[in-house]
Amino acid sequence: MNVAEPASALRRGWALWLPLALFAGFFALVMVGLYKPADREVASAFIGKPLPQFDLRPATQGRPGLAFAKFTDGKPRLLNVFASWCVPCAAEAPQLAQLAASGTEIDGIAIRDRPEDVAAFLQRNGNPFAAIGADDVSAVQLAIGSSGVPETFVIDGKGVIRHQHIGDIRAEDVPVLLAKLRAAGS
Amino acid sequence: MIAEFGLAALWFAAALAALQLIAGSLALTSRGAGFAGIVRPVAVVQGLLALTSFAALITLFMRTDLSVKLVAMNSHSAKPLIYKFAGTWGNHEGSMLLWVAVMGLAGGFVALVERRLREETLLATLAGQAFVSLGFYVFLLLASNPFERLPQPVAEGQGLNPLLQDLGLAFHPPTLYLGYVGLSIAFSFAIGALVTREVGPAFARAMRPWVLGAWIFLTLGITAGSFWAYYELGWGGWWFWDPVENASLMPWLAATALLHSCSVLASRNALRAWTVMLGVVAFSMSMVGTFLVRSGILTSVHAFAVDPRRGSFILALLAIYIGGALTLFALRASTVTEGERFSPTSREAGLVFNNVMLSAILGIVLIGTLYPLVTEAFGEKVSVGPPYFNPMAALFVIPMLLVMTAGPLLRWRRDSLRRIAPALAIPALIVGAALLALTVYAPLKLLPLLGMALAAGLAVASFLPLRGRNLRRTPLPVFGMVVAHFGIAVALFGVACDSMFSVERLLAARVGETTQVGPWTIRLAAVEPVAGPNWTALEAQLRAQYKDNAPILAAPQSRTFWAPPQTTSESALVTRWNGQLYTVLGEAADDGRWQLRLWWKPFVPMIWYGGVLIALGGVLALIGRVWADLKRIIARDKIAYRRARQGR
Amino acid sequence: MTDRARLKPKHQRLVLVAIALGALIGAALLAAWGLRNQASYFYVPSDIAAHPPEAGRAVRLGGMVERGSIKTAADGVTIDFIVGDGKARVPVRYRGIVPSLFVEGSGVVADGAIEPDGTFRAETLLAKHDEKYVPRELKDMTAAQARAAVAQTR
Repeated sequence: MNVAEPASALRRGWALWLPLALFAGFFALVMVGLYKPADREVASAFIGKPLPQFDLRPATQGRPGLAFAKFTDGKPRLLNVFASWCVPCAAEAPQLAQLAASGTEIDGIAIRDRPEDVAAFLQRNGNPFAAIGADDVSAVQLAIGSSGVPETFVIDGKGVIRHQHIGDIRAEDVPVLLAKLRAAGS
Repeated sequence: MIAEFGLAALWFAAALAALQLIAGSLALTSRGAGFAGIVRPVAVVQGLLALTSFAALITLFMRTDLSVKLVAMNSHSAKPLIYKFAGTWGNHEGSMLLWVAVMGLAGGFVALVERRLREETLLATLAGQAFVSLGFYVFLLLASNPFERLPQPVAEGQGLNPLLQDLGLAFHPPTLYLGYVGLSIAFSFAIGALVTREVGPAFARAMRPWVLGAWIFLTLGITAGSFWAYYELGWGGWWFWDPVENASLMPWLAATALLHSCSVLASRNALRAWTVMLGVVAFSMSMVGTFLVRSGILTSVHAFAVDPRRGSFILALLAIYIGGALTLFALRASTVTEGERFSPTSREAGLVFNNVMLSAILGIVLIGTLYPLVTEAFGEKVSVGPPYFNPMAALFVIPMLLVMTAGPLLRWRRDSLRRIAPALAIPALIVGAALLALTVYAPLKLLPLLGMALAAGLAVASFLPLRGRNLRRTPLPVFGMVVAHFGIAVALFGVACDSMFSVERLLAARVGETTQVGPWTIRLAAVEPVAGPNWTALEAQLRAQYKDNAPILAAPQSRTFWAPPQTTSESALVTRWNGQLYTVLGEAADDGRWQLRLWWKPFVPMIWYGGVLIALGGVLALIGRVWADLKRIIARDKIAYRRARQGR
Repeated sequence: MTDRARLKPKHQRLVLVAIALGALIGAALLAAWGLRNQASYFYVPSDIAAHPPEAGRAVRLGGMVERGSIKTAADGVTIDFIVGDGKARVPVRYRGIVPSLFVEGSGVVADGAIEPDGTFRAETLLAKHDEKYVPRELKDMTAAQARAAVAQTR
């Protein structure tokens, strides 16, 4: 027994620290995972493609409708696909306002919406849009590869899609969009 | 006013938790003994304040006070009252507040009634509990204040989301939370016992009701979640091994192991260090599970966007609590003296086997759940699903179930297999006969086959511990064990039946067409539009006839919500005693046919009946334990009272 | 009584620790082996073109559903379509009820395996983006809820 004593103590001591070591491994793993979120997005097939021809009626009073011709004036802009019934669309309103305040022109497409609902939505959340087209059957939405709301596209001065942002715009997304806009303008 | 009141209560509760931690720790030193007296009352008041704060939030939600940000974001004046109520915890801040409220109350309860432990151990336990609560208070107050006011009250709230208006959704999370909180109390007991090195039967008995309670809630939560996925997803499956499911399964596995090792420690004073470690691990698994789900780190395919800030906070708490507890364990466990010995054929040995197998399954699930993260760190994307989990888990479940038939018959400390062999002959025969019959008559699938045979044997074996006992005098916990083990057999039977005998039929049918699925004849009688409060749907009228019985109507729907617009398929179930018909309506094909997906699933409801039986077993055991404790407390108080009177 | 003599306290504890460690290490090794064989890797079409996975191995395929490629077979429940990523294209066959957001030009993730003839047989389809539009509140739900929400937005 005496001979076995040091060996057993060693082994037991080692075994007792094992749970902590395993936990440390777990911790390291999730730290890596948490701060390097993997890129699981499937890149949009529409990047680099021009917008389709369209002409949408105004979605609400006070703002003009939206047509393809507007996007070929040589100035890059944002195209925001939204709807008054969409909760995340309200959540991104401050970020859109911030973008508009920085001099970006933002045009909107309201999906399957009623003029009075759009008006109420803009009343509540602010109106960063220069023009808002109404897309009642999601025709333009599908034609530009957007399958939900909100989505935001960066369009260059020739009407070509340069970037697609899926989901609501968070505060940390604003610089990304501004950078994409600058890139599209140059 | 109510919001400020609630916030003040929360601050006071947090301050008291800090006081409880400091006083409890000081009281353990030689000079701070004077603080010992205030710890218990502080714990009780802290719990009450946390409850008050939560009640304030409930009031705000019930009144739909739209000047409070959380209410404005998550409620709506037109919501039905029950969902306004449930909406209180249907969001991040509210659920955290519910968590601390329940945790505070549980701590207060321990402070009030726990008299078995040595005073120092109890103080250390309450200090540990305060330490855990404090982290959550800080999180709430600094990072997610539920009582924050809006600068301007809004006209209407945003949360009229139909998805959130579901009773299952409303009461499922609190069920799991109650389980997690129960485990946090067990965790605190483990910390207390490690600090004072009082790891013995008293510790196990004090911890056991909390573990039992937690385990009951976790069992119910998992059972309900599984049924809900089965019903809502329309895929016919009931368990998909996705990370959110695994996150709820892992604490359950750890709690099950802890429950069994607790009973060894309480009855026989063995497995001391192991039980303490499981106490730490069980709560750790709840935290890890919560973290994995909340941070979006694993479900990013399903997630809106990863929110690293919230994730990091939970991760920091994880690191402090789990890291701290495991360090304490490593330092102290070698000084925990060896418990009682036992022979390799004894009740203890059976329970050790159970514990080792459960831990192995836990390891398998944890590794499988985390593996995608590991490979991602090396730039490879993988997903891990049933092809990995099913056989790997079965590899350990089957031996565990085999031992489960014999274990409860063994005596404590030392026994011989020869003594229990005659009793085991019956289940062994049943398993053999079932195996034989099934290989001849049923489709040959190894795992379901084994599962079915084992379920039959286990169902009989689970009642063997009652053999030769006077049923009136048998303690309630024994009945609890019998019922829970029988529940395992029932659930296993359902699982095996589902994978062995399910019949699926996928077709596009015209109205008026008839089809067969298993013993059912099903006619698509009509497809009609129907409307609900915020949706319209296409509803298929299926006349389902079981053999020659009268036809029954099943009406699966393809539902379109208009605010927000989304399509869901509502499956329709027809339940018979011997199984369930599961029907789903798909889309219309271009030529006027309708896609239908039909399953005949023999005995599949047994899975959930089994789950409920398992929980019921837990309830019986809990009632038995608490009743016995109460009797002891009353008896002791009577003696003390008499002594006091005589002394006077 | 020989039992008792044999099982010295130290000794028994050591045996128990050894058993527990052995089982856990065994489980970990088994898990590693199982994961090597059973984890399904994520492929985009150009990966499949470059290094095709062996036929029958479970993999996950992600990409865009090519426009004009969805064809429903005569039985009304089998669909064929092409998933591409701009560089390569993979023909996919699926039997079942498709998610409602599954439309041409949108992203899709399919679980399944490559057939010997080069077709991808999908067992389940998840239309991409669906979950993006789950309102933020749903993010805070646990376990089954999140899943059901995902299911409901299918």
